[in-house]
Order: sequence, then C-alpha cells, then structure tokens
Amino acid sequence: MRLLTFLVVCLWLPVVAAAQDLQSILQTHAEEAASPSRRTVGTMLDDLAASGLPGVATFLERYQDRDVVQRAGDGLFFYATKSGDTYTLSDISTGEEVGTAPSSEITEIRPNGGVRREIAGTLVAFQLSDPDIERRQTAVEAIARSPSADQLAPLRTSIETETDPALLARKRQLAGILAASFADSTADRVAAIESLSGEVSVEVRAALNQILSSSTGVATALPDGNIARTFTPGSDLTEAEAYDQLVEEGLALPAPTRADIRNALAANIDGGRVGGVPVARLDNDETRDQAYGALAADGIVPPRIGAAEQSAALSAHVFYEIYDEDDPAITDAARTALSEVETRVGMGQMVDLSLDGLSLASIYFLAAIGLAITFGVMGVINMAHGEFIMLGAYTGYVVQLFVPNYTLSLFIALPLAFAVAFGAGVAMERLVIRWLYHRPLETLLATFGISIALQQLAKNIFGTQARPLTSPGWLDGAWVVNDVIQISYIRIAIFVLALIFLALILFILKRTRLGLEVRAVTQNPGMAASMGINPDRINMLTFGLGSGIAGIAGVAIGLYAQVTSEMGSAYIVQSFMTVVVGGVGNVWGTLAGASLIGGLQKGIEWFNPSNTLAAQTYMILFIILFIQFRPKGIVALKGRAAGD
Amino acid sequence: MTSSTDTAPSSGPKYPGGSGGQRPPAVRRAPRGEPLRRRSFVARNPSILWFLLALSLFTLGVTVLAEATGTGLLSTSFIKTLGKTLCLCLVAVAMDVVWGYCGILSLGHMAFFGLGGYAIGQWLMYARTEQIVMGNLDGQPIPATPQEISDAIGTQIFGVVGASELPAIWAFAHSLPLQLAMVVLVPGLLALIFGWLAFRSRVTGVYLSILTQAMTLALSLYLFQNDSGLRGNNGLSGLQNIPGYENTPQATLSISFFWASAAALAIGYVALAWAVSGKMGSVIRGIRDNEARVRFLGYHVESYKLFVFTLSAIVAAIAGALYYPQAGIINPAEIAPIASIYLAVWVAIGGRGRLYGAVIGAAFVSLLSSWFTGGGAPDIELGFYTVQWTDWWLVLLGLSFVAVTLFAPKGIGGLFDLINHRVMPDREGDYGPDTGSWRTEEGTEEEPPR
Amino acid sequence: MNTKIAISAAALLASSAAVQAQDVACPIQVGVLHSLSGSMAISETTLKDVMLMLIEEQNAAGGLLGCDLEAVVVDPASDWPLFAEKARELLTVHEVDVIFGNWTSVSRKSVLPVIEELNGLLFYPVQYEGEESSRNVFYTGAAPNQQAIPAVDYFLEELGVEKFALLGTDYVYPRTTNNILQQYLIDAGIPEEDIFVNYTPFGHSDWATIVSDVVALGADGVPVGVISTINGDANIGFYKELAAADVSADDIPVVAFSVGEEELSGLDTSNLVGHLAAWNYFMSADTPANAEFIAAWHEFIGDDARVTNDPMEAHYIGFNMWVNAVTEAGTTDVDAVREAMWGQEFPNLTGGMAVMGTNHHLAKPVLIGEIRADGQFDIISQTPEVAGDAWTDYLPESAVLTSDWKDLGCGMYNTETETCVQLTSNY
Repeated sequence: MRLLTFLVVCLWLPVVAAAQDLQSILQTHAEEAASPSRRTVGTMLDDLAASGLPGVATFLERYQDRDVVQRAGDGLFFYATKSGDTYTLSDISTGEEVGTAPSSEITEIRPNGGVRREIAGTLVAFQLSDPDIERRQTAVEAIARSPSADQLAPLRTSIETETDPALLARKRQLAGILAASFADSTADRVAAIESLSGEVSVEVRAALNQILSSSTGVATALPDGNIARTFTPGSDLTEAEAYDQLVEEGLALPAPTRADIRNALAANIDGGRVGGVPVARLDNDETRDQAYGALAADGIVPPRIGAAEQSAALSAHVFYEIYDEDDPAITDAARTALSEVETRVGMGQMVDLSLDGLSLASIYFLAAIGLAITFGVMGVINMAHGEFIMLGAYTGYVVQLFVPNYTLSLFIALPLAFAVAFGAGVAMERLVIRWLYHRPLETLLATFGISIALQQLAKNIFGTQARPLTSPGWLDGAWVVNDVIQISYIRIAIFVLALIFLALILFILKRTRLGLEVRAVTQNPGMAASMGINPDRINMLTFGLGSGIAGIAGVAIGLYAQVTSEMGSAYIVQSFMTVVVGGVGNVWGTLAGASLIGGLQKGIEWFNPSNTLAAQTYMILFIILFIQFRPKGIVALKGRAAGD
Repeated sequence: MTSSTDTAPSSGPKYPGGSGGQRPPAVRRAPRGEPLRRRSFVARNPSILWFLLALSLFTLGVTVLAEATGTGLLSTSFIKTLGKTLCLCLVAVAMDVVWGYCGILSLGHMAFFGLGGYAIGQWLMYARTEQIVMGNLDGQPIPATPQEISDAIGTQIFGVVGASELPAIWAFAHSLPLQLAMVVLVPGLLALIFGWLAFRSRVTGVYLSILTQAMTLALSLYLFQNDSGLRGNNGLSGLQNIPGYENTPQATLSISFFWASAAALAIGYVALAWAVSGKMGSVIRGIRDNEARVRFLGYHVESYKLFVFTLSAIVAAIAGALYYPQAGIINPAEIAPIASIYLAVWVAIGGRGRLYGAVIGAAFVSLLSSWFTGGGAPDIELGFYTVQWTDWWLVLLGLSFVAVTLFAPKGIGGLFDLINHRVMPDREGDYGPDTGSWRTEEGTEEEPPR
Repeated sequence: MNTKIAISAAALLASSAAVQAQDVACPIQVGVLHSLSGSMAISETTLKDVMLMLIEEQNAAGGLLGCDLEAVVVDPASDWPLFAEKARELLTVHEVDVIFGNWTSVSRKSVLPVIEELNGLLFYPVQYEGEESSRNVFYTGAAPNQQAIPAVDYFLEELGVEKFALLGTDYVYPRTTNNILQQYLIDAGIPEEDIFVNYTPFGHSDWATIVSDVVALGADGVPVGVISTINGDANIGFYKELAAADVSADDIPVVAFSVGEEELSGLDTSNLVGHLAAWNYFMSADTPANAEFIAAWHEFIGDDARVTNDPMEAHYIGFNMWVNAVTEAGTTDVDAVREAMWGQEFPNLTGGMAVMGTNHHLAKPVLIGEIRADGQFDIISQTPEVAGDAWTDYLPESAVLTSDWKDLGCGMYNTETETCVQLTSNY
C-alpha cells in the first residue's frame, strides 16, 4: 500500500514536496523518529517516501544503520560519527558537516529489528533498480522477508532491466511466489501456484500455506464459503474438545468441573449439610455428585451436564474449517501443489536427517578412532583419551592466539595438536602404562587419575569458561541443496577428515613396516621380540599415534562446538561405546559402531524432537542391551583378535 | 564355613599369572593340631574386633563432643560431615567387596547409593508436603477427596514444572515401610537385572567397567530429565527436615543420624566380612584370580558374582538412604559417573582387598578433599606463583592416585602389614577379609590367547 | 497449621524482645556464599569480588552502625549439598548477620531449609524461575515477569513474531520459564502448535537438527522467533550452527535470558551480532551512576577489560538496601532488618529507582539489548520499573497465589481460599 501511495504521490505532488525538507518532515514526526516502533513508524515512512526528496533513500539507509542521532537541545536530527566522547554531526539533507557535540547532548537512535524491516520495505522502491547490485539484493531480500501485494508490479518492472543472471533468477522466483498470492485473475494465480509445485523452499511453502490459511468454526448449519473440511466429533476431534469449542462459542453451557462442584458445595453449606448430605461425608466424588444433584434439583446451582446432553448438543452442530480464500479453484490448486511440495520436503528431511546422522557418526568416529587403536589393538584402556582430545582443542586455541589468520592457524594447529597429544601419549605410556600392561583394570584407574589431573590443570591454566576456536572464513556457511537439505561446511570438513584418518590408519596398519610390527606385537609380543622387533618401541609409537589422532579430533570438535576443560569427558563414554559396539580390535568395527550410534541418536531425536536428553539416555540403554546380546560387537573377529 | 588350612600340602605356593610376580614371603601357618574350624569367625579375624572397637571409640568421642549430647565442641555441620563420611565408608566397603575381592571393577556403585537416597528422599518430601497440604485442606469447608489431596501434593512438590498428577514413580511414597522397602528393592533389582544380563553374556574385565559406567551415565541422564518425575536437575531437597520431628533441633537429628550411620557401618562391615570369608570368600577370590578355573571346578560363577554384585548394591543403597537425609539434597549430579570413579579411587588409596582399607581410604580422602576444597589448607607461596589448593587439589589427587597404583598397590592399608610384620598366609584356605590385595596380577580374561 | 503460626508468632515476639536488649557486635559479619571452584566458579567468583568491593567501599565510608563490616567468604565448590553445609557453617559457626550468595536454583533450594531453620538472611542476585518467596530471602534478580514476559512482548509487538521456538537447557529455570511463556503466548492468541519447545542437556554441542527444525517453522509464512534459555557453553555451538545455516538476526531473532556481558567476554561474537538479550542491567547503560560503578570495579579488580553484568548490579542494589535497612533498624537483627527492607528504595545503575516489595522481590526496569560485535549490548528498549512477581499470573495454579510478608505475613497465600498455604518455602 505504502509503495502505491508513493508511486501515486510521486506523479502529481513534486511541487508540494519541494516546499519541504527532510528535517521538517522528521520534526513533524519527531517522536516516532526518535524512538521508532514497528507499529507507529509507518506514517513517518509513508510521508518520507511521499515527499520525493532526493536524500530520502540515503537517510533511510543511514537511519537503518543507526547513524542518525538527535540533539537534546533543539531536537534536530543529524548524521553522526562518534569518536571518543564527541560526535561529529552532519546535516541530514545536505550531508555537510555542521559541527560537533559532546555525548551528553546526543541521543543515539536505535531502530530495532522490526523497524528496520519496515524501513527495508520502504527502501525496496528505491533499491529495486539501483545500479548497485548489493542494494538490489537487499531490496529483493526485503521482499522475500515480508511479501505484500504492492510489491508485485515494481518487482515485475525491475525484472525487465535486471542484468545480473543470478539476481534475475531470484527476482523471477519471487515474482512467481508473489503472483501465486497476489495476481489479479484466478487463472494467473492458479498458473502461478501450479508452477510452484516443483519447489521445496520455505518461501514457497510459506506462500502456499498463506493461501490455504483457514479458521475453524462451529454452527448449527454449514455456512456459505470455501469450506475446507468438516469434523465429526469422536473421530476427527475428541468429544470433550468439541464440547469445549461449543462452550467457547457460547453455543452450550459449560459442564461444571470437579473444582466448580466443590466450590458450589462449599458455598451452599446449610447447617452442616449440603443438599441433605452431611459435610463430613463429602470426601469422595460420589457423595459430592449426589449433593450437587440435590442442589441442582432445587435450582440453586446450574445442572450437571451429562454425557447424553453433551452428545445431543454435539450432534445438533456442525464443526468445520473454512478457508480465508473464497475461490475454491485457487485453494484446490494450492492444496495439490502443497501436497506435492510436502512429499518432496518429507523426502528432503529424511536426507537431511541422514546427513546429520552421518555428520554425528563422523564426529564420534574421529573421537573414537584413536581409542580404537590404543584399546582395540593394544588392549590398553585409556580413560585420559578424552583429555587428549581436549589437549588438541586447547592447542588450536593457543595457536589462534599467536596466529591471527584463521586459515594459517588451522594448518599449524592440526599437526601441532597431533604433536602435542602424541608427546603426551608417549609420556604417559612410558611413565605409567608400561608398568601396568598386565593389570588392565589398574590401567583404567591410573589413566582416570591422569584424566582428573589434566582436566583440573586445564581449568587452572585456561579457566572454566569456554574458549573460542574460530573456523576460517571458507568453512563458514553451509552447503545448501535446497531449503530442506543443507549441511554446514565445517561438518563436511570433519567428515572428510574422518575419511582421511580411516584411510591413513588402514594404510599404516596394513601397508607399512610399523603396521606390520604393531600387528606382530599385538599377536605375540614374545615372538615378535625374538624376530628383532622392539615391543617397547612399538607400544610407545602405537600409543602415541592413537593419542595424536585424538588431538586432531579435538581441533575438529572445537571448531564446530566449544573448547572447554570438560569437553573430553563428554566424549569418552561415547567413544568407548563406539569401539565396544563396533567390535574391538578392528578399524572397520569402529566405523560401524560410530555409524550405528550416530544414526541411532538422530533416529531417536526424530521420534522425540523436543527432548534431546531423552535421545541420549535411550541410546545408552540400547547400547547396554546390545552389548549383552552381542558382546563382541558388530564386527566380531574370528580366531586371533589381531590388528586386522 | 569349612576350612582346610591345617591339612594343606606344604609345597611352595604357586602364584597365578606366573611372569613377573614376586613370590609371596614366608607363610604363616596355623599351629598343627589346632584346627581353624573350631575358632569362631571373629576370633579368626581379629581385625574385625579392632575395627569395631575403633568405631565405637570414635562414636563415643564424637557423642561426647557433640552439641546435643555433650560439650558442643563439634558444630552440628561437622557432625553431619562425620555422619556422611561414615556412610561413604560403608559404600566403600561394599565397593571393596565387589572390586577388591570379586574383581569386578564396578563404576556404577554410586548409582545404587544415589537410588537409595532418592527412595528415602521421596518419602521425606511426600510426608513433609502431605503435612503442609493436609494442614491447609483442613481449613476448607468441605473435606478433601483422596484425589484432591494427591493432586495438591503433586502441585506442591513439582511446582509448575510437572503435571498436577503425581507420576507413577511416587506410587509408594505415602508409606514409610513401602518406601524403605524401595530403598532395598529398586537398587537391588537394578543390580540383579543388570548383573544377570552382564554376567550371563560373560562380559568381564574392562568391558564390564565401561558397561557399569554407561549404566550410571544413562541413569543420571534419565534423572536429569524433568520427565523422569523426580524433579530433574533440582532433585529432592529439604531432606534434613524429618517429618514428625519438626521441633527436634538439627543438633539432635544430626547426632542421631551419626549413630545410625555408625551402626550401619558396623553391621555392614561384619556382614560383608563374613561374606568374603570362609569357603564362599575363597570362591569369590578364585573368580577374581581366574574365573575359568573356578568354573571348571564346577562352581556356578555367575551366581556368585550376581550375589556379590547385588548384595553390595543393596549395602550401597542403604548407605545412600542414610547419607542424603544428612546432606539435605539429592540431585542427578550425585549419580554422575565421576562419583563412582572417586569411589574406586578411595578404595584404591585405602587399600583394596581389605575391608578396613576401604574405610580408611573413604574417610581419609573424602575428609582431606573437603579440607582442601573448603579452603582449609594454607596456600603455598612459591614467589612467582601461589598454589591455591582449591585449584590444585584435584591435580594432586589425580597424580597421587597414579602413584598409588604404580608404587603402592596395597594403598594405605599396606602400612598395617609393616606395623604388624604381617606376612601372607598360604594360597590355600581361608584368607579372611583383609588379605585380598595380595596379588600382583589380575586374572586373565576368558578369551582366546592374544 | 494454626499451632505453627502461633509458634512462629511467638518466636517473632521473642526475637523482637531480644532486639532491644541486644547490642550490635562489632565487626558486623557478612557471609559470601559463592562457588570459587567447580563449574560455577567462572560466574560466581565475580560476584564474590563485587561483594568484597562493596564491603570495602562501605568501610571506607565509615562502616555501619559504627562498626566495620567483615566479609566471611566460603567456597561451596559448585557442589549443591555443600551449599547447605556451608550456609549452616556461616550461620552457626561464623554467626554472620546476612549472606549474599548462590547462583543456580538448585543451590538456592539446597540452602533454603537451612536459612529458614536458623532464621538467616539471604540476598539472591540472579534471575530465576520465580514460584517462591521465602521469609528469609530477598530476591534481587529478575522474576520471569521482569525478564521473560517483557522480552516476549517485545517479540510480539516490535518484531511481529507469530511463531515461537522455546529452546532451553533441561533444568528447572528453563522448564518453568517456558511453561509460563507457553501459557502466556497461548493467552496472547498464538496457537499451541505454533510453539516449538525443545530441551537439551548441559553443554550440548550437536545443534544441526534443532536449528533446521527451527528454520522449518518458517514454512507457514509467519515470522519466527527463538526464546533461548540455553545455559552456558552450549550457546556457543548453537549460535555457530545458526550462523552456518545462514540464519541472521533479521531472519530469526533470538532473545537469550542467560547470555550477558560476562558470557560474551573473550568470545568471537561475530555470529551473535544483532541477536537479543533481556536483562535488568547492561554495562552499556549510559548513566553517571553506572560510569562510577564501572570505574570503581575496574579500580578494585585492577583490570580495565573486566565487564560488569546484571547479577553484579543486583548485589550492588541488594547490599546498599541492606545497609540502609540496617541503619534504619539500628540493628542487624534479621527480623528487624527484614521489616526495614520492605519499601526500601535505591537508585538503579540504569536510571530510575529500585523498590523492594513486601513479597521480597525488587521492582526494576527491563532492558532489551542487541548484541554488538564488541560483546556489549545496544539497549533498544527500556521499560519503567516492573514489580517482581513471586507467583506468576499466567499459570492457573499459581495465579491464585500471592506473597505479602508485611500484611499477610505469608509467602504463599492462596487468595481463593484465603489461607496461607505454608510459611516455610517450597523447597
């Protein structure tokens, strides 16, 4: 509407408008301009748009960006830039500098998000055909955010002159969506709606749902209009709900609730009796009903409405849903289109969920693969594994403190995290685990001790607050297939990292001298030693390798979540589950375990989307049961449990 | 209780595991012609008497110094701390039986402890709330229906967070005897089912440890949920106010609970000492040292393990039911896996395989821990850095724990061996409750040789 | 019940008789019950420092009733049962006259029975879920109607949001707040199916699915807004995932009730710019009192980079009110001070006057701020003072309850049956 006014006014009012300037328009709306609100700012924007003054677009942009201030003394508005405690003021019409003012005399105007959206709507008219492509994009996004009928015509006009192919496509798409809702003739709208059925975007669904917006009602006879459906009480909605609806519409008397009955009885105590029943006996529903019935019979209280009366009232009425849109042709088309869109969205959501599950699986895999080596291959329980993850993440954080370039720092952090965790792992193996190879339970406890100490040490050094680990710019954003299927680049990167490590570990174990020696030591240390392999050295290196990978996992996890001293303990139990469920001593098993756990968790979340905690609980329960029935895991090794 | 020590062959003791193990020192023998079976259980294990004596003296001392019964030198909050410590000692003894004697490193015993606390907490909260609600409903012109009473209690307990109806889990909360039965039954059944599943599938060693830890984690996550019906993260609070004793000062209540805890520890200690002595004790230790051999000898290993696991879970639950009314609040954080790990740490530091070791470990470490974290320990000024114990205590604990594992597997309890110049009895016969730590290597798992 | 009231009335008489006889013991002990270690240390240590600063300032200004104030600092180590133990220690061993402390709801529930049993006095400085009014506690943080409800009004009025996602960490504050908000939104005409509620565990990091659920809410073509009661570290992952999904504050605004200056300090806030937070105080408030407070804080802590936040202001107001109440009462006796607290006024740091109500809650203005790139907030809305409501009006079961310690002498009074439900609080 506003836009239309603007266009009309532009045509025949330039003379009147020229008599005004920006400041005087603002002064007539001084209050709205100084503390704008979504609901009141409209009139001011209309006037500004109608004035046709050359500086309006610039003003609105700067107003939106919070560059406009008000001077306390005279209430005049200025553009301002702040330096220290003083503001440099410029005139809003001419843009010339007019002096400075201390901050005590200046009130900054801060339009909120709702107001900015209104301003953007007004700016659309100025920006749609602006030579600057960024402004055109802003205008198009503004239309997308709050589509309205008056935008259709200017949008169509601007399509003719659009030069940028991507933006042109976007404008065409938007014009189609607008046409579905706002085109003039039924045929045009139906055509536009039908053309939308191939899309899945949120905007398209929004447009279709808006066309199909409806309201429910109840009456004695079906009213005229575009009826969507009728409800039968008992099957489409419960009888209680239906009766409540009747009561709400004033078509039936409310049935007294238990509390109503109690209050009515309390209000009608007469000489220690209510309706002939002694008060002391009113401690159960039966006698209460009896007493209430007596009161009702005397006409003191409204009668209880029984089931028979209720169903009689229900059958005397018809419950229906009616479309706001009057034309059935349009709603039919929209319904068909929407059901097609929704089928596609449903499939998209399954794909998206699978992607999320895959991503979670890759994170679990990355966290657990180091453990799969130390636990699975060497048979050593390392409860400090989670702390090696933490160590890696903090290494990444420290690197970012010194190397401000996020890309560079990431490439330094990855090998450094490996090195740090490798060192810590080797040190732990040399100092502690080596002495406990024959006592697995005590290894478990000793490494717990180390885990407690490391965690507290991290708290002492870095504090208990989460530390940032920022991903480089090229990992920001998401790979968007459409509005339903998308996955952030950082998760893709973690997935790729997991694949790389899977390949690397398989390569090391199967194709290298080290791998051969590791497998030999695992199978029979004595025999391996007699063949000239130094088992001590191999154990040390294997342990270091497992720990180092944990360090790299730490960097990856820190990038997508947060770096805290407790991040390790959040993953340790899950990691052990992954290894045990998958089957100990087997890299493929770990992969299977991670996929199972990641997929399962997402599956349970999908069934119960409002409670993520429950999903985790049930997943762990499932794993406990799974291990009972398949103690050797998914990929159980036959014969010698060797390093595959 | 049969024993055959006196007829044992005199050949040198064969130690399991072979490689690397030191030979046990010279063997103390029962004098010939004096069969052990004639001597009573306590007489054969004088440490039990010593322990009971020490515990009585301690209880007496505390009673004399307490506010309600004596000089008032010890504050009520300290009495509560001591009472809670006794409960921790009891759960440590239970843990020692499972781990030190039966070789099952359970990382889930604090879950049973917590469940016991929850069970008693439910009654405490319900009864307290019922009094408030009844007092309130008495003022009404019309007597309340049972449904109204239960709804009012539900609203009062759960506030606006829960439904107005009491969840099914509170079905027995109105009755103290039933809820006391729950203290034993719920953790007992959980242990029984979990143990049956796990032992039946021959899940042993570290797998079992991880599995018990997963159980604890699942339980604490479940309780964290508001939908669990046990008030989620807030847990059950105000448990120090015992319904029916509103006008009894906390000083009196605290010393009563202290006595109850001391009695429970004494009874629990003797009962568990009996369980790990004699023939059954030998079988249990045999399972720890080599499960397969015990099985081949015809024992039903699973039943023994299940019995020990369930019994210790019940003892832990009783300890918890005494602990939380003294602590005043129970919430899911108490059940978190780390709590059970600390339990293992106490037992290890105190000395596993001897019951008094567990008591010493739990008391020593938990009191020391609260002294350090409570700011009681003086900071150490290093010139360039000040070591604040609130920050560094956990580092110290973690590292000292590693040190104990590496260098002193017998823990603090090992010191008693030095004082007594005690030497190990032969492998044959009844070890009694205090010699379980004598081994260098854990039993091998029943798996194909690696 | 009657006997109970009689007993406490007798106790009241006895103690007020004791007041006249009693002289103030110097120095006056002020208990500080904040975790200095464990998971809550990061938030609570700051509050301990603020208390030390306020006490130091008060001593420099001549102390109180001719006595110096002395802080007794204990560390409950983020361990909830330990809070009860330490509170008992403060009241019985150190015999403090007042306690300033606690952060989490569960820690407050843990100390409540002790404080009520021993008739102590606690000032609780953090925004909380309401549904409580203890005789012995003064709540200087926001009740839901002083933070959550105005924020939702802002969403409805100013941003025109018609579909809501209530995301929270699974514990009592988000649960209660979301229950209240859900009812409030339904009353405001938002259909129940347009309100998406989700609870996640503490420290949750896997936000992809939840964010895509929120984005999918937009499919009805109405503006979507997120009300976040997500606690602590989990926020980082959440905002990161929002940014990765290319959802800006213009598309789906998020208003958080647990994200303040302290939480943002030292973080990369680029993902958060434009999102909102609702508090009773922002460091960016442009008043002389605030400038003075910040300067004093920087001088005390010796670090100009340290921020101030809402619970710090709550302690500032609470402590000064207590000082004034003690001066008025002429004694530190709890019952006398309690009565002097009712109606105490003290200027807010953000302008205007905070008033202590007879329900032990403060009247404070509600501010809504937009997160800036520097981790501070642009204040875009400030209401006049809103009186804290102990029992929310938006849920049927608590709408009938009210708290008035002055005239009704009850913190949980049922206006329907006109009885006092209980005198102790609902722990």
